[in-house]
Amino acid sequence: MSVTTHDDAHGHYDHKLGFFTRWLCSTNHKDIGTLYLTFALVGGTTGAILSEIMRAQLNVPHNTLVSTGQEWNTIVTSHGLLMIFFAVMPALIGGFGNWFIPLMIGAPDMAFPRLNNISFWMLPPAYCLIISGLLLGESGTGWTLYPPLSLSTYEPGPGMDFTLFALHLAGISSLLGAINFITTIFNMRAPGMTLHKMPLFIWAMLVTAFLLLLSIPVLAGAVTMLICDRNFGTAFFDPAGGGDPVLFQHLFWFFGHPEVYIMIVPAFGIVSHVISTFSRKPIFGYLGMAYAMVAIGVIGFVVWAHHMFVSGISVDTRAYFMAATMVIAVPTGIKIFSWIATMWGGSIEFTTPMLWAIGFIFVFTVGGVTGVVLANAGIDQILHNTYYVVAHFHYVLSLGAVFGIFAGFYFWIGKMSGHQYPEFWGKVHFWLMFIGVNLTFFPQHFLGAAGMPRRYPDYPEAFAGWNFVSSIGAYISGLGFLVFFYVLYRTFSSKEHVAANYWGAGATTLEWSLSSPPPFHTYAELPRIR
Amino acid sequence: MQLVKRLTAALPLLGMIFAALGRAALAQTPAQLSNLPVLGAPHDWQMVLQPAHSPVKADMIDLNHLVLVIIGVITAFVGGLLVWVIWRYNAKRNPVPTQTTHNTVIEITWTVLPVLILVLIAIPSFRLVYYEDRTYDPDMTIKVTGHQWYWEYTYPDQKNLDFSSYIVPDDKLQPGQMRLLTADNPLVLPVGKNIRILATSGDVIHSFFIPSLGVQRYAIPGRTIETWVRVDKPGRYYGECNQICGTNHSRMPIDVVAVPEQQFQAWVVQAQKQFAADAAPATPHVAQAARVAAPLMTASYEEQH
Repeated sequence: MSVTTHDDAHGHYDHKLGFFTRWLCSTNHKDIGTLYLTFALVGGTTGAILSEIMRAQLNVPHNTLVSTGQEWNTIVTSHGLLMIFFAVMPALIGGFGNWFIPLMIGAPDMAFPRLNNISFWMLPPAYCLIISGLLLGESGTGWTLYPPLSLSTYEPGPGMDFTLFALHLAGISSLLGAINFITTIFNMRAPGMTLHKMPLFIWAMLVTAFLLLLSIPVLAGAVTMLICDRNFGTAFFDPAGGGDPVLFQHLFWFFGHPEVYIMIVPAFGIVSHVISTFSRKPIFGYLGMAYAMVAIGVIGFVVWAHHMFVSGISVDTRAYFMAATMVIAVPTGIKIFSWIATMWGGSIEFTTPMLWAIGFIFVFTVGGVTGVVLANAGIDQILHNTYYVVAHFHYVLSLGAVFGIFAGFYFWIGKMSGHQYPEFWGKVHFWLMFIGVNLTFFPQHFLGAAGMPRRYPDYPEAFAGWNFVSSIGAYISGLGFLVFFYVLYRTFSSKEHVAANYWGAGATTLEWSLSSPPPFHTYAELPRIR
Repeated sequence: MQLVKRLTAALPLLGMIFAALGRAALAQTPAQLSNLPVLGAPHDWQMVLQPAHSPVKADMIDLNHLVLVIIGVITAFVGGLLVWVIWRYNAKRNPVPTQTTHNTVIEITWTVLPVLILVLIAIPSFRLVYYEDRTYDPDMTIKVTGHQWYWEYTYPDQKNLDFSSYIVPDDKLQPGQMRLLTADNPLVLPVGKNIRILATSGDVIHSFFIPSLGVQRYAIPGRTIETWVRVDKPGRYYGECNQICGTNHSRMPIDVVAVPEQQFQAWVVQAQKQFAADAAPATPHVAQAARVAAPLMTASYEEQH
């Protein structure tokens, strides 16, 4: 085959491929990104349906919508795992990462296109395994999977094993993706794009990829040991055989804490671009922003035991983890203030993505400051595992990371699809979600302070008031989510096509130099960065 | 509509329960333990921490107030800045953006200032963490064992007095007893004593959690985890299992009755009779069986040789 025919074949690649070849055997970063985003929509919708079921159950005390505690626990587990591994991560990392890393660094594709394909295709079977765990009602341990509850004595069914294998598959998927991202970012930047000229989204993805690379293997080890304990008679975590349940907690949170930064750091990157674009100003304190993310990533690895303040770790250990955890507030503060400084003096347009980004700054601040309260081991002794914790991590994830996803969606959907979203309905979506999630999660601080434990399908009558308010909030956000589907419908049924740079002067990164949607293969000639 | 109906159905029940709170009569505890005020329980529409009834909890509330003020100011400050930039720097009011991207002084300020604030928080935090860790001079010890789904309380200083504490099911509740918080045999503690708490578990992980007394430790099988409490006033204090432990996770309350020393001693005498008459608890029973079995085995071994 001559070089010319080879190039020709690729030039019209997208027009010649059948559905099966294009979508199931894809090695194209844009198609794989689209697959990830579609998959995240499926995972996120499933997780959201579970949240609505949970809030409906907690609407009033003594409710019987969910019939047993075991059923409830399984829903709790599945909701957590689905939202983390099958909604937030595929959207932010697999979806936007795949789509925009090559476009923003001026690379033709990812470094390992076939690896990229297998990274994605690990996820659908993993999703099916999680769902079988849910339908069998046998994974009632919470997403933290603490043994001995997750051992075969207490969760004997195969549903628990399915859930554990789902984590293995999702973990391998993330790990391969991380290797691909790191290789791409280090080796395939366009000529002239030094590390210190990389867009902040690329910095965010680089930090995220390293967090995945270093934390996922620890989860894989812990899950493997758990599977062995359940099925092959080992006793790593079973005290009856000399094992230690607390060892699992250390391993799990050594993964689990970086995991929360894995979910939020990509959102940092997206929000930075959105804020800068619609303020029509370059980002304020670029280097500080980049290295704040690096610092958050590094410190994120040495704070894991703040999830274990009441697990009997020694008092000196608690003191250390408390101090280390509070330090994270410093780089986080740098980011918050730098975003505001970017807007300061700008000429701000309040488009839908900008609303999501400003909303992100606010809810992330609220979630961040309650993190400082929880970091205090002294106070955490009465807030640990209460609804205060639920409120805190939903403020940074269900509000923070999800707002980041929607900011990215509205920012880039024109670029990805060639069609612009309907501005009015985008704003309706934002306001319904903003009011809904705040109404859902803010009262949960009160419930936690009053002492309501998490993972309860029923509660004493005193907690009824705020639970009712919280449930109303969840129904409003549910409505907002339905509006999002309408936005999708309107966007994809639109006949209008958008220009290459439909945001104007504020949008300066490389993807805006390409047509919308970009051609199947981009950067046949590498751009040069000055 | 169904939601509204359900809620309205729940309201009279709520009212009834809270009207009865003040005159809580305890059917299953001896007379001298009843009629204690409920001091540690959540109330309707509660927004803050439960009031303190132990020195540890009092310190927690103090520190929480300090931190709450600081984070409130920070959130208001960030919110205020956002409102200001939205108002002042929108495209209509400010059509030409500046291109400022650096200001070393302000960047150093917003790095150093948070560090100072954190140091301000950290100093009392360290003090509290070490204070609440353990009591170095305990007056007595109680051992708490979590089980699926009840608590077992052992008093090693009171001749290993040992009993189990189950939830009072909804259909057995007496008027005034709170649903999901009331147990059949409450944990009885003397007030004003430094009590060492040793938590462990017989099966999966549970968490021994009493919000109003500032107590929480996981009960982990194979481990004994220490903390302490000193109850200020006679009264009734409620808590719930706070680590997911299976299907009845929400149905193993911690029901604490704190009484003056004299009444406590009287209760111990009465409880020792009551619980000795009941079926002996699992652990001592097995241990006893082992002690009986051992000489027999030795004997048979000696006979064989």
